[in-house]
Amino acid sequence: MTLTQQIIIIGCVVLGTLTTRFLPFIIFNNDKETPSYIKYLGYMLPPAVFGLLVVYALREVELTTVSSFVPEMLAVGLIIVLHYWKKNMLLSIAGGTIFYMILVQMVF
Amino acid sequence: MSFENHIATLKYAFPKTIPILAGFTFLGIAYGIYMNSLGFGPAYAILMSIFIFAGSMEFVAGSMLLGAFNPLSAFLLTLMINARHLFYGISMLDKFKGIGKKKYYLIYGMCDETFVINSTEKAPAHINSGWFMFYVTILNQLYWVGGTTIGSLFGSAVAFNTEGLEFVMTALFVVIFLDQWMKERYHVSSVVGIGASILSLVIFGPENFIIPAMVIILIALTLIRKVIEKREVIS
Repeated sequence: MTLTQQIIIIGCVVLGTLTTRFLPFIIFNNDKETPSYIKYLGYMLPPAVFGLLVVYALREVELTTVSSFVPEMLAVGLIIVLHYWKKNMLLSIAGGTIFYMILVQMVF
Repeated sequence: MSFENHIATLKYAFPKTIPILAGFTFLGIAYGIYMNSLGFGPAYAILMSIFIFAGSMEFVAGSMLLGAFNPLSAFLLTLMINARHLFYGISMLDKFKGIGKKKYYLIYGMCDETFVINSTEKAPAHINSGWFMFYVTILNQLYWVGGTTIGSLFGSAVAFNTEGLEFVMTALFVVIFLDQWMKERYHVSSVVGIGASILSLVIFGPENFIIPAMVIILIALTLIRKVIEKREVIS
């Protein structure tokens, strides 16, 4: 690819990303009242999206061999325990991540 | 807003972004090294991080640059990979109202992690929520661009064993999900999100499951609308 072609490709990726981010705001702009169905979705979507992101982050986990899912399972388990216990976001994230690193580097 | 207020807002925003400082520095370095390994100089990685600012898409874009020249497929593939941003926008329509020109940057910089923080945070009264979201967004982008810069310039010099550090992003999403779970009255939307995503992952596999999962979520939420609106007051 020439430099110009590369710039065009990157430009298309930028344009695609901008489209996905701006489209809802262009369709439902400030001037008119947001339809009640969209308001309902805006209210209901965040918890569902957080669920989607959890699954997205763990999408490569396979149940085929022990080392391919046990570290993730244990680390997520620890995060759940830590978070219910201390309710401290940074502690839960740091604890889970360090535990996961120990598991994949030294145990599995 | 006064200078002191800006400092106070920044001080309030920064701690919320610490997990992302860790994750983006690491992933940004990884991206810089990756682009280097494909044969692209630092300018590519850095400029792509500034202008695209969508982590997974930047990795894909790197490999696209080595393939055949096909702008339309680059555009369409980007729409598919980043389709989840549409849900972020719909969720933030009200929160971004009335915050002035900052709104355009907030939309431009709304990656997964920034959306997660800005959509869950209820800033206290003395903190301006528009500026809070602005600082979260710009800090996160600085971390990402900074990591990319370090990785593309000095990637080979990283000495300690970072295997597993990428899990910090997974941990962030799990904690946000848990936080939401602990404060919500009904878990119906959380359950729909997890259930639809796992179902879609099993059927379509890790590369293609996001859009089908979004469709299932939309259908499920639409079907239960009547029940939800009877039980909860939606403003």
